[in-house]
Amino acid sequence: MISFMRKHGAPLIGLKFWPALLLLQCVQPCAWAQQKHTPPSIFAPASTPAHDIYGLSLFTLGITGGIFVVVAGLLTFAIIRFRGRQDDDRSEPPQIYGSMQVELAWTVVPVLIVVVLFLATARIIFAVQDAPKPADALDVTVVGHQFWWEYRYPKLGIVTANELHVPVDRATYLHLVSADVMHSFWVPELNGKTDVVPNHPNEMWIQPLQTGLFLGQCAQFCGPEHAKMLIRVYVDTPEEFEAWVKHQQQPAVDDAAVAQGRHLFETQACTNCHAVNGTSAEGTFGPDLTHLASRDTIASGAVKNNPQDLHEWIKDPDHFKRGVLMPPMQLSDAQIDQVVAYLDTLK
Amino acid sequence: MADQTLPIAGSLDITPPRVKERATAVEWLHEWVITTDHKRLGILYIVYATFFLLVGGLEAMLIRIQLIKPDNHFLSPGAFDQMFTMHGTTMVFLMGMPLLFGFANYLVPLMIGARDMAFPRLNAFSFWLTAFGGLLLYYSFIGGYGLYGMGNAPDVAWFAYAPLTERAFSPGHSTDYWALALIVSGFGTLGTAINIIATVLSMRCRGMTLLRMPLFVWLLFVVSGMTLVTITPLTACQIMLVIDRYLGGHFFDTQAGGSATIWAHFFWIFGHPEVYVLVLPAFAIENEVIPVFSRKAIFGYPAMVAASVGIAFISMGVWAHHMFTIGMTSVGNTFFVLSTMLVGIPTGIKIFNWLATIWGGKVQFRPPMLFATAFLFQFLIAGLTGIMLAVAPWDWQLHNSYFLIAHFHYVLVGAIVMAFFAGFYYWYPKIIGRMLDETLAKWHFWLFVIGFHITFDTMHFVGLLGMPRQIYTYEADRGWGTLNTVVSIGGFIQAIAVLIFAYNLIHSYFRGRIAGNDPWDAWTLEWSTPSPPPDYNFATDPVVHSRRPLWDLKHPDDPDWKYE
Repeated sequence: MISFMRKHGAPLIGLKFWPALLLLQCVQPCAWAQQKHTPPSIFAPASTPAHDIYGLSLFTLGITGGIFVVVAGLLTFAIIRFRGRQDDDRSEPPQIYGSMQVELAWTVVPVLIVVVLFLATARIIFAVQDAPKPADALDVTVVGHQFWWEYRYPKLGIVTANELHVPVDRATYLHLVSADVMHSFWVPELNGKTDVVPNHPNEMWIQPLQTGLFLGQCAQFCGPEHAKMLIRVYVDTPEEFEAWVKHQQQPAVDDAAVAQGRHLFETQACTNCHAVNGTSAEGTFGPDLTHLASRDTIASGAVKNNPQDLHEWIKDPDHFKRGVLMPPMQLSDAQIDQVVAYLDTLK
Repeated sequence: MADQTLPIAGSLDITPPRVKERATAVEWLHEWVITTDHKRLGILYIVYATFFLLVGGLEAMLIRIQLIKPDNHFLSPGAFDQMFTMHGTTMVFLMGMPLLFGFANYLVPLMIGARDMAFPRLNAFSFWLTAFGGLLLYYSFIGGYGLYGMGNAPDVAWFAYAPLTERAFSPGHSTDYWALALIVSGFGTLGTAINIIATVLSMRCRGMTLLRMPLFVWLLFVVSGMTLVTITPLTACQIMLVIDRYLGGHFFDTQAGGSATIWAHFFWIFGHPEVYVLVLPAFAIENEVIPVFSRKAIFGYPAMVAASVGIAFISMGVWAHHMFTIGMTSVGNTFFVLSTMLVGIPTGIKIFNWLATIWGGKVQFRPPMLFATAFLFQFLIAGLTGIMLAVAPWDWQLHNSYFLIAHFHYVLVGAIVMAFFAGFYYWYPKIIGRMLDETLAKWHFWLFVIGFHITFDTMHFVGLLGMPRQIYTYEADRGWGTLNTVVSIGGFIQAIAVLIFAYNLIHSYFRGRIAGNDPWDAWTLEWSTPSPPPDYNFATDPVVHSRRPLWDLKHPDDPDWKYE
């Protein structure tokens, strides 16, 4: 079903078959990690809070849909039935000034609807916000930057950027803090958004029910490149996640073949902002590059991670992301090639 | 059609025939600049607002061209940010507010049988302050020296969340233009609000008790009261922002311990009641248009008054539903869910009363009623998507997505702009003395309604598929391309409709059919005066005995006051 949607790339088809799509997703074996879910529809929940929200949204849609059918039906009937006619005698219709009983009736009914809807809503608010934290929950600190995401796993000693890895079927608690302005963390299929507010730490949690790659992006305007502050969440099987953690905990690969590139990297301004674990590069303004080559994308998901694009990126970051805070490094093409070769070894 | 020489006190036109003398252009201009006549100021407000409707619309078109396909490069990111910031700011502060005050200025004194507003000079002062605020904002395109040495309009979004507005993140002067322009026009708004309150309380003609006022006047009275409460926190937080930027304050400077959430609270304590400040005048127009074109008295007048006052009060306690995602406690979220849902009750009462007014009537689908009818359906949908957004957990998904954009454009365009179009077609004959062309009106109506639904119905789905607002472009692999193309096409159709409307306004000024005093056979006092009304409005003070004084005159055998 998913591959069908990808092939056609037509969201309208996806919309039409929402219910079917959901059913299929539920029975789909969780075998295809890296499977990209797109479009990131809020009606294709793949995690616990998103599921709860989805149920509540269907309930709300039912009630509001019912109200719409009744009121719009009455309105349509009224304007057709009581339209002025050509053969009319031009007399004024009987004047009616109001009726207390009728007013009361159409006050009481909405009150009852509000009570029901409010209780249903309150239930989900408390269920999501005040859920007890499981003992085995994974903690991740998410730091919003203009215009990229930093992910820290404090208990695992991992710092990475832009691509979040979490295990399936286990709760992950995201502690949201901002390094500069307000951002908002939103991956529709996993949970609703929570703002990333400077000086106001927030928390949200997800418990993914299926593996795959889930897309989202910053949902609070944060400056010129707000549009390219993309989020990629990889939901891994427990084994894949274990392997990923092991790999990320390693210090950076030290390959003598790219010593020239490394030297360039460490003697240029690169290290003011970027860190490579185990080397003299300890900057914290930009993404941690210790395992850059293990990531699929650069520039917060906006650019594919391959040598050509990486070259272009270092040469002129504005080319991909106009307004990005990384300056062009003013290196020659040959120098950039050496740096790219070095970065490419940082598996 | 009613007899145009009704013997209502004050209706006799005793203006001496105007000597046909041609004023020079300078004299003409001078008269408009120094005027304190509420009708002329009303027209100035309306012309000013219509001009900015076109400007804000142009900005929207540039936004839609940019978003028509993924990875488009029509506008740079910076230019796009300026466009949506200016579009939002313009449409709320330079179009919506002046338009409602224009209608209020022109109509409130006429409807309550007064000769002018309570404070004519304050009235003129307020208009020129508002006008200056608009000029100041747009001057930023030239004067707001920005990062790259170019003119730099504000680019921090219309709600300008802190700390993006602090000097660390917003160097240059564009944010200062934004803050100062809103402070200046805010004072103009306060002046007019005070004026309307004073006028309604002290200038009503004999017999016009509060519960005999036309609902239009009631609603503008309520709106003015709300304005006094809502503009104040806006002005306060703008002043704090300027202190932050120039005097080393740290109100919103999070790097020095300031609070970003405080700005959000201040802004939405203004921002949410502001929505009702804009929508109640739309209700006000509906309350006049629907009865006249259904040929029935408004159903449940006291309930309508109570519902309006109720909305005003409740709307002061709902602001944080804009902040369900900002990280409030579960109890806080729950409170604002409840208060927000409560708004639905008086709003529902209004819709039902309009329905009951149509029920049993003889509905004439002239241009004002066409727009008023479209309003009813679109406002219904806007209200229902509003309930969806009030469901906080669902709002965690919908907030800041295109679903939210679709919702509030349903309110602002589908309801408010629609109602104001109805108001234009309804009162233009009174203000200008000529009818607006009906054929053009129908083109305007159908193109606008079709374009509106193509754009904003589709936009809901883009939001459900996860597209956030205020992004200058989107990735091709997200699957939002087709829907965005549809949204843009609908936008262009609406633009054509608005151009037809603007053409009609000018065309009918010269060529329109002469309207006469009372072209719609209506019932409120303004229709007893000549079109356009003389400087003094009423030669002698009118005396009224019911809510529909002209009905009483036209139907002496069956007057309203027997039933009220």
